[in-house]
Amino acid sequence: MSAFNAIGEDREIDRDEFTPEIEPQATWCPGCGDFGVLKSLKQAMPEVGRNPEEALLVTGIGCSGKLSSYFRSYGFHSIHGRSLPVARAAKMANPDLEVIAAGGDGDGYGIGGNHFMHTARENHDMTYIVFDNEIFGLTKGQTSPTSPKGHKSKTQPHGSAKQPIRPLSLALTSGASFVARTAAVNPNQAKEILVEAMEHDGFAHVDFLTQCPTWNKDAKQYVPYIDVQDSDDYDFDITNRGEAAEMMQEAEDALYEGEVLTGRFYKDSDRPSYQAEKQATGDMPEEPLAERYFDDDYEWERSYDLLDRHK
Amino acid sequence: MTDDELIWRIAGGSGDGIDSTSQNFAKAMMRSGLNVFTHRHYPSRIRGGHTYVEIRAKDDPVKSRGDGYNFLLALGDSFARNPQEEAYYGNEEIKPLSENLDELREGGVIVYDAGLLDTDEIENFDERVEENDWHVYDLDLRGLAKEHGREVMRNTAGVGATAALLDIDLAPIESLMEDAMSGDVLEANLQILHEAYESVRDDYEHTHDLRAPKAEEGTDGEQVLVSGSHGIAYGALDEGCRFISGYPMTPWTDVFTIMTQHLPEFGGISEQVEDEIAAASLAIGASHAGAKAMSGSSGGGFALMSEPLGLAEMTETPIVLVEAMRAGPSTGMPTKPEQGDLEHVLYTSQGDSNRVVFAPGDPAEAYEQTRKAFELAYDYQIPAIVLYDQKLSGGHQTVSEAVFDEEPNPDLGSVVSEQDLEEAAQEAGRFKRFMYDDEEGSGFGGVSRRSLPGQKGGNYLASGNEHNEVGHISEDPDNRVIQMNRRMAKLDAIHEELSENADHQPVYGPEDAEYGVLSFGSTKGVVEEAVDILNEDGHSVKAMNVSDIMPFANDEVTAFLESVDEALVVEMNATAQFRRHIQGQLGRFGDKLYSLLKYDGNPFEPSEVAAGFRARIGDEADLSQYNVRIESATGD
Repeated sequence: MSAFNAIGEDREIDRDEFTPEIEPQATWCPGCGDFGVLKSLKQAMPEVGRNPEEALLVTGIGCSGKLSSYFRSYGFHSIHGRSLPVARAAKMANPDLEVIAAGGDGDGYGIGGNHFMHTARENHDMTYIVFDNEIFGLTKGQTSPTSPKGHKSKTQPHGSAKQPIRPLSLALTSGASFVARTAAVNPNQAKEILVEAMEHDGFAHVDFLTQCPTWNKDAKQYVPYIDVQDSDDYDFDITNRGEAAEMMQEAEDALYEGEVLTGRFYKDSDRPSYQAEKQATGDMPEEPLAERYFDDDYEWERSYDLLDRHK
Repeated sequence: MTDDELIWRIAGGSGDGIDSTSQNFAKAMMRSGLNVFTHRHYPSRIRGGHTYVEIRAKDDPVKSRGDGYNFLLALGDSFARNPQEEAYYGNEEIKPLSENLDELREGGVIVYDAGLLDTDEIENFDERVEENDWHVYDLDLRGLAKEHGREVMRNTAGVGATAALLDIDLAPIESLMEDAMSGDVLEANLQILHEAYESVRDDYEHTHDLRAPKAEEGTDGEQVLVSGSHGIAYGALDEGCRFISGYPMTPWTDVFTIMTQHLPEFGGISEQVEDEIAAASLAIGASHAGAKAMSGSSGGGFALMSEPLGLAEMTETPIVLVEAMRAGPSTGMPTKPEQGDLEHVLYTSQGDSNRVVFAPGDPAEAYEQTRKAFELAYDYQIPAIVLYDQKLSGGHQTVSEAVFDEEPNPDLGSVVSEQDLEEAAQEAGRFKRFMYDDEEGSGFGGVSRRSLPGQKGGNYLASGNEHNEVGHISEDPDNRVIQMNRRMAKLDAIHEELSENADHQPVYGPEDAEYGVLSFGSTKGVVEEAVDILNEDGHSVKAMNVSDIMPFANDEVTAFLESVDEALVVEMNATAQFRRHIQGQLGRFGDKLYSLLKYDGNPFEPSEVAAGFRARIGDEADLSQYNVRIESATGD
């Protein structure tokens, strides 16, 4: 039996359980896309059969980072760009947890870009939600890694000379085994994609388009959106790397031309998760490490038994 | 020369196998019942570049590398970039011989590989030999090795020659070679060892007096040869640390490597990650989820850990970090020791710092203090840092194996139980992670017990933002003051706990001495030997090596300083960081404190500390031959 008594409870789970007992007044502006993420995550959790106390939600800094304040679960509101390393280690220490990391586009594709690349490469069994609003919101509207070329802001008054990051392509190239894009204005699709992401056994990256009505007024509200799986105009195999890569390029370009292409872009169900790989090489215990500290019968190894090599 | 000690220096090129040969020689000395201390000098290169290892062996306990040395085995640098020509770095091939002569004691012995080195290339070599009464034995080590095996085995030939010249029994050397090698390689090496031994014994006239010391006193139980890095890693393992994350950087890599070697067999996890920001963040994540976790680095990598370190302080997540100092600033001198990161480790990260810092002085202290660091980190939910340096990291020393004969302590510290959580739900309506006043409490100062993800009734938000007692982000002024005071109170409680152990800051030397020497970290042994030298010379000196850096050993250092007329603070940096730390913590004694500073990349030798002391006390010792500086304290 697990020392963690919330894990694997056999009971009905209600989406209301994910609302904090004392609900803090949200700091998000009216009409903010972030509400859409919160709502779809609350809806997705009961569908994957996970209760609030077997989930760990690790967030970064920015408006998006407040998600862990308004979602009831174990939460870790970390520092800018570092949600992924905190989250993936928690997953390694206790793989029985449902681990979700979340942050903004500056957080994930800018300051934390290195962690994004490496966490995807390692294929940890976790979900990463990136609130992509093409802007820095909480610091009042500076150009972000996904802002379109030419975007003007107080820090780029003559327009950004940079091409925006290609988040989907970056995830694929880095090694993510599930890559999707959804939008806050499409809550049903968002919920479904989050369910699929959490059920996926590997690193699932969800680029979540979240409109910023305050600082990115001229940006699209991400409508109308097209679900590439539902549209007859797009026919590609999400398990085929080449086709997925092409479709991602098209979707990334289209976004800046006013066409919002969403849906699943890539899925590799065969690739083992990092945990499985590491267990296969004998570098990770079969039983969750965190359980061992509660096992009174465990015989802890001693350094004294290593001393022969020093004699 | 009637030396009671052997200081054997084996010099060659980086990549010539100097390290493994010296390890075996050191163990052979240990197995013959002697105390051993090793010192490693190497460049920041994979192959080539002059490197040496010193093995000091003595019947009495040894605490430092000693002064100079008395036996040189010069192999020549077989990976030299520019063997025969004048270039920016000069002729590198000859350096293992030419560069090592300055510190060789009078009457010392030189064995060099005549198959590679020509003493005609060294200016005034013969004059210097005569002047210093050195005894030179030229052997074609390379030729001998080639004849029976491969050229790389010339180290073995050198060891055979050493044994013949110093009257060392070959049996322990042979048995160590049998442990490390097998088959044809072993056969060839054994043959070379004997061939060299017999050739030197029979064909050379021995003009020197130096012999290997004999073990008479007996050692303190069975001895093991360990480095400070082993002390740290073994301390972590015995505290139940089963998670380490890191990024390679000299010299911290040693601890990372040792942990990585053992964690799989101990059911643990080692993660090499993309950078040190990730490394520290992973340790936080693993600890948050309920594992005992650590990370570490050297100066530059530790700089990247600044922000996660503050996050651990704010979220009250237990972690242990180790910091292996090397000469800075920036990349500095990657393989050379310095103690210049004291302030960096104490104060890096934004806001008021709130962390424990220990600076162990030797491998045994490294073991004990790493254990204490884990215990405090997990009881008080605070980052604890073990600060050491390249010297302690790589220097091996004989230690009684009883030091490690301790029970493991996998306790997670101040964590709630399922039952606590049920009671909390009934009494307070819900679990409060950051209680204002935890009356029932964890028993650890201002610490409120933590729950772990997966525990029913324990969910909370850990946030790097200021937060209230249930974890919600809060900028309420009253809450802010309460939470700050609660967190900062941990250091007072830890100080009290550390003070309960009466011997945690021992004084070395005569209690009623007139003068004092203060140091921290790896300079401990050198200072103690200097104190012995000075007292034998008729001075009245005692020493204290401070390891409780934060919280600071206020009472002990105050008592020490009150009892002496003056004190010399010995440290390896240019700005007297430790002396200023003492003054900052105690707010007085400025009129009593002087600094002896060294920052040339080499650790202190006992004679340097003694000379610094004499220069300060006023019998006009000349410091010009040393790379050290005296500085008086300013202010109170």
